[in-house]
Amino acid sequence: MFQIRIHGRGGQGVVTAAEMLSIAAFLEGKDAQAFPSFGSERMGAPVVAFCRISEKEIRSREPILNPDAIIVQDKTVIEPARAFDGIVDNGFVLINSPVDVETDLKNARVKCIGATEIALEQVGRPIPNAVLLGSFAALTGIIKIDSVIKAINTKFSGKIAEKNVKAAQVAYEKTLGER
Amino acid sequence: MLYQLEGSQAVARAIALCRPEVVCAYPITPQTHIVEGVGELVRSGQLKNCQYLNVESEMAAISVAIGSEAAGVRSYTATSSQGLLYMMEAVYNASGLELPIVMTLGNRAIGSPLNIWNDHADAMSARDAGWLMLFAENNQEAADLHIQAFKIAETLRLPVMVCMDGFILTHAYEKVDLPDQNEVDEFLPPYKPAFSLDPKHPCAIGAMVSPGDFMEVRYMAHRRQLEACSVIEKIGTEFNAKFKRNMGGLLRTYQIENAETVVVAMGSVLGTIKDTVDELNHMSGDDKFGVLSLVSYRPFPDKVICEALKNAKRVIVVEKALALGRGGILAHEVELALKGLDIEIITVVAGLGGRVITKAMLAEVFKQPKGNLIFLGLNEDVIRREYKTVLDERGA
Amino acid sequence: MSSLTMGNRFGQHVSVQSSSNRPNTLTSGHRACQGCGEGLAARCAIDAAYTAAKGKIAVVNATGCLEVVSCAFPDNSWNVPWIHSLFGNTAAVASGVAAAFKNKGQTDVRVIAQGGDGGTTDIGMGCLSGMFDRNDDVLYICYDNQAYMNTGVQRSSATPALARTATTMPNSQYSGSDPETGKNVPDIAMAHGIPYVAVASVGNLHDLERKVAKAINIRGAKYIQIHCPCPLGWGFPTAETIRIARLALKSGMYPLFEAENGVLVGSTPIEDQIPVEEYLRIQKRFAHLFGKNAVPENVGILQKIANKNIEKYRLGGISNE
Repeated sequence: MFQIRIHGRGGQGVVTAAEMLSIAAFLEGKDAQAFPSFGSERMGAPVVAFCRISEKEIRSREPILNPDAIIVQDKTVIEPARAFDGIVDNGFVLINSPVDVETDLKNARVKCIGATEIALEQVGRPIPNAVLLGSFAALTGIIKIDSVIKAINTKFSGKIAEKNVKAAQVAYEKTLGER
Repeated sequence: MLYQLEGSQAVARAIALCRPEVVCAYPITPQTHIVEGVGELVRSGQLKNCQYLNVESEMAAISVAIGSEAAGVRSYTATSSQGLLYMMEAVYNASGLELPIVMTLGNRAIGSPLNIWNDHADAMSARDAGWLMLFAENNQEAADLHIQAFKIAETLRLPVMVCMDGFILTHAYEKVDLPDQNEVDEFLPPYKPAFSLDPKHPCAIGAMVSPGDFMEVRYMAHRRQLEACSVIEKIGTEFNAKFKRNMGGLLRTYQIENAETVVVAMGSVLGTIKDTVDELNHMSGDDKFGVLSLVSYRPFPDKVICEALKNAKRVIVVEKALALGRGGILAHEVELALKGLDIEIITVVAGLGGRVITKAMLAEVFKQPKGNLIFLGLNEDVIRREYKTVLDERGA
Repeated sequence: MSSLTMGNRFGQHVSVQSSSNRPNTLTSGHRACQGCGEGLAARCAIDAAYTAAKGKIAVVNATGCLEVVSCAFPDNSWNVPWIHSLFGNTAAVASGVAAAFKNKGQTDVRVIAQGGDGGTTDIGMGCLSGMFDRNDDVLYICYDNQAYMNTGVQRSSATPALARTATTMPNSQYSGSDPETGKNVPDIAMAHGIPYVAVASVGNLHDLERKVAKAINIRGAKYIQIHCPCPLGWGFPTAETIRIARLALKSGMYPLFEAENGVLVGSTPIEDQIPVEEYLRIQKRFAHLFGKNAVPENVGILQKIANKNIEKYRLGGISNE
């Protein structure tokens, strides 16, 4: 089982990111579970969402305490939300940041990418979720970029979908190139 | 066909497949996505021949369903928590009038204090209202139970409440296999009411009944609840045979053949329990632990439960409900079913108001339960401090 | 026209009630009190509806006097499809019935919701407003006997100013139901802009029948409120029900009018207006307004209300009849 925890703030599409991740995994024939940590998510409040991916039926519904990967959509929540807690050895940490972020993590594969910037460029909105999933696909290899694209198209339509797809591809290529 | 869907959407589509003719609801977290989903299917034309009403309260929602069902059409509504309490007199009314309404209950705690998250307090408040109550373990079962519910309801002429954990199931994305329309049509024929408001055959529905006849009326309702067990079982089996899925029925067991300890629960926590039990069994190398997933809470299937648990030494009931001053609610019913057998019953009250339940917490209490009534994850320090304040206020 | 009997031989309109073939949708054997205004109103209204709808009606009935007297197992006095809702949800149950018939393509079946003032103006207000909001195809009939009669004559928001009820018992400091309180539900119905609102009375059965028959043929939400004197609750001899109802009309205490889409379109003028005192004196519920300990201003308060009604609803204006 591969467990991903996504941190961010309300309004940034954190929950949608988890859902798209689960749809991408589903499209590859895997079992996937996605759910938010059910706080009163107001715009700007810290939000956490979870996604489990497995070849077998997923039964447990506890929050993800030991993620294999962490995605941080907003680096200002890292401290207050203790975003890195429980990360497994050699786990992936993908942070939405155009510059490298200092972390105390000794044993994690940390990657930073300016997802908001790419989103603004490609989509015209500062919502980094689709972008980060593109990067995530390249970083972890857990899901294919094609699945991410299909997942984006289930959540968005028309021009917004096209642009988000493009943005995800840009991030994918970038991350792939930087590996 | 397989879909990756939010639980509420899976249920909305399952409802649509059942061809309801009147759907109504009043928004309340966490059920809202379900009726929004059904509404969308009506507006887009995917669910044809259905009147969708936006109503002004939960009392109105259930009342509209009562009216439309009395006029002879398949009807559906949904609610949670406070909304269920608000409509409660009509809930009793619906079962008393033998109207086979299907209602989703997105399980949520009841205030005060206000809490929008999951537990089973709302379901427990309706347990004697005469409705059948089925609990979904996952979103696949949530979808499947609704399809079965209409058939069960219309066979027995009793309303059915399908319970699914608020947020944990309603707002979770997972894989669901939804049948085709013709498969559902084959399983669930059009509704043929035994009586209805019909100018060609006028009848009065809902007379006042005096002391001279009331006992008999209630006894008949009681009998009907008892009969419901075999109907639920039968329809579950039919469903299984047609759709090749063991969803519904009265209960399911998991690894209980040699189990010394069987954990009993309802709803979504069963998934986490099963993982925990697997890990414990794996670590110890034997199958000391087993699980009983209770699907049918009303009627309460005493015989089948007794049969399943009779060889256990200990039964741990994990429940998201609490009878203040008494302890567990489900646990007491299980205890009653096992009366006379030499089985230790342990009540674990867990997850109240959406409180997190982890495998680690469950493992600890399964291995070494401390006492017979355990409140999982209770912060003892907070309790000590609060209770001291209470005593101080009383001048003790 | 001042005759106290039905079936005016000199008029062209022959009432449903006067026909020997009248439907008797509410038939004999029910347990209403002798002289019950509501029982009479219900039979007239539902007979009129049944006739206008060629027999295709379904009735939803709130808890209250009418329901309790007409359908106590094993007896049932209704010859039409009938369902007892509950107390406050009658309009909503009727909305559901209407939705069902609509979906079945049977909009020729006309749906009627009915209840007393308690079940309508107080506990039923939420569901009533919801039905108005959705413009559901339902005719709601309120039998207004101006108190919760079934439970022992307690005050409702339809209880008139200064009336005695079990919960507004007059004493040396208190003169009955507070004139500063109360609800005008026909006005509230008009404010919702629904297709048809009307006020009727058992004191004018032709007018009542006409309004019900008219409403039955209108699509959308309709509200008719009918004044139903209650001998037991109001305290008058059981033979006087119709006479009391007519005194209410002639004094201006109960204005008869019609409104469509929120606008007043007609009212029944008063010929020979009488002072309210004539209406009040013969009801025990207003006895405390008279006699040696009475507060002299009180009758004046009621007269003012009557005068205001006459002005507001143009009861000195042109008749619709």
